[in-house]
Amino acid sequence: MSGVRVLVGTRKGAFILSSDAKREKWDVSGPHFAGWEIYHAKGSPVDPDRLYVSQSSGWFGQIIQRSDDGGKTWFQPGTPPGEPTTTPEGMPKAESNKFVYDTSAETGAPLTTHQFYDGTQKPWEFKRVWHLEPSLSDPDTVYAGVEDAALFRSTDGGKTWHELSGLRGHGTGPSWQPGAGGMCLHSVILDPSDPARIFIAISAAGAFRTDDGGKTWKPINRGLHSLYIPNPTAEVGHCVHHIAMNPSRPNVLFMQKHWDVLRTDDAGENWHEISGNLPTDFGFVIDVHAHEPETIYVVPIKSDGEHYVADGKLRVYRSRTGGNEWEALTNGLPQSNCYVNVLRDAMAVDSLDSCGIYFGTSGGQVYASADAGDNWAPIVRDLPPVLSVEVQVLK
Amino acid sequence: MIRVTLPYHLRTLARVDDEVTVDVQGEVTLRSVLDALETQYPMLRGTIRDHITGERRPFLRFFACEEDLSHQSPDTPLPDAVANGTEPLVVLGAIAGG
Repeated sequence: MSGVRVLVGTRKGAFILSSDAKREKWDVSGPHFAGWEIYHAKGSPVDPDRLYVSQSSGWFGQIIQRSDDGGKTWFQPGTPPGEPTTTPEGMPKAESNKFVYDTSAETGAPLTTHQFYDGTQKPWEFKRVWHLEPSLSDPDTVYAGVEDAALFRSTDGGKTWHELSGLRGHGTGPSWQPGAGGMCLHSVILDPSDPARIFIAISAAGAFRTDDGGKTWKPINRGLHSLYIPNPTAEVGHCVHHIAMNPSRPNVLFMQKHWDVLRTDDAGENWHEISGNLPTDFGFVIDVHAHEPETIYVVPIKSDGEHYVADGKLRVYRSRTGGNEWEALTNGLPQSNCYVNVLRDAMAVDSLDSCGIYFGTSGGQVYASADAGDNWAPIVRDLPPVLSVEVQVLK
Repeated sequence: MIRVTLPYHLRTLARVDDEVTVDVQGEVTLRSVLDALETQYPMLRGTIRDHITGERRPFLRFFACEEDLSHQSPDTPLPDAVANGTEPLVVLGAIAGG
């Protein structure tokens, strides 16, 4: 019988929530990496027992953890304990937590500057990994979206990381700027129909696409309108909070921008707003039903100054029409005195016949719906603030 | 034999329960002790000193023999008591918050 495994990253560790396909009774494992911020955890679609975790701390920096047994045991890929970290020739050996911007003449780009909050220019400085996206075809290949914004790739199971520097070197870097959480590359979507095509999004620069495996990148922000930048329709500078795709239609993407919910039907060439009757179109998460590519989900947040749900009610909004017409899903969710936020990577959908939807809150609750959002129940109520939620279906 | 005391989270990463010991060839300095520590526990590389600059991470401090050694040159010899194993080199996470 199949089951699901939900990977939850929180401010104080990772948790693994497991259930059979009914998704009614749950086992909770954790905290793993207790006390550390877990920005993201995700499993390989090729080998579901291969899990990658981004573990970080303001004191000790970035760590990458890996499991090859579905989260029972963990290790840091790289040089084993007791082995020298340099070769006899003095060359550094694998270090899984080493993220160095590629400034080499052969494959790199100069370390330039980006705009800071006060409008001055600051040089790129690595801070942490926000998002790990395992390859669709190789369990040893995984992408990392990092702060300050750049895309890295490992092809050896996380032992070593190399920047795809064409993105950072795109040339528009001086007009990129940090969002409230930092200048992070938070969304990485691999096109299942074209291995050379990758979509990414950065707060606050916008969405970009590569069609050549990461060598060159193109901003794909036409149609975005952002009042908080001098030119509201600029090519870059938009605070895109998240993007999502249904794999069956890789040219259709949905976006939750700082304000506004949008869609594109041509792989990002043109976007148009689909906020429709949402009570507020500020928010962070957006996701797509696993089997109905026109069914999408958002959690409207009151405003960018308040960062909690409106009217004290936790409501997921679902559109079955690809946007514009939205219905509130409230059954099982708190409808009074609720003031939580749902962060950009904290929603996921499973691929069981009756599509499951999952999301985690800043209040430490993880909610699940086994019927596409009609009914909700908390899996856990009292975790640390949730940063990310991913789900795997296990055969 | 040099004794090194690590903060809780680094002991967890290194999978040790208590103080660790390292052997240093030559002069005993912050640099040589940390080099030996990272050779023995490669998972600690980048967590105490920045990967690129080699500088101490901002929220970490080095104490020994009731002295704060955080701002001395990494090539300054450590106190004899550390070099002969009487006292540990303490790697400490700075406290932020109340």
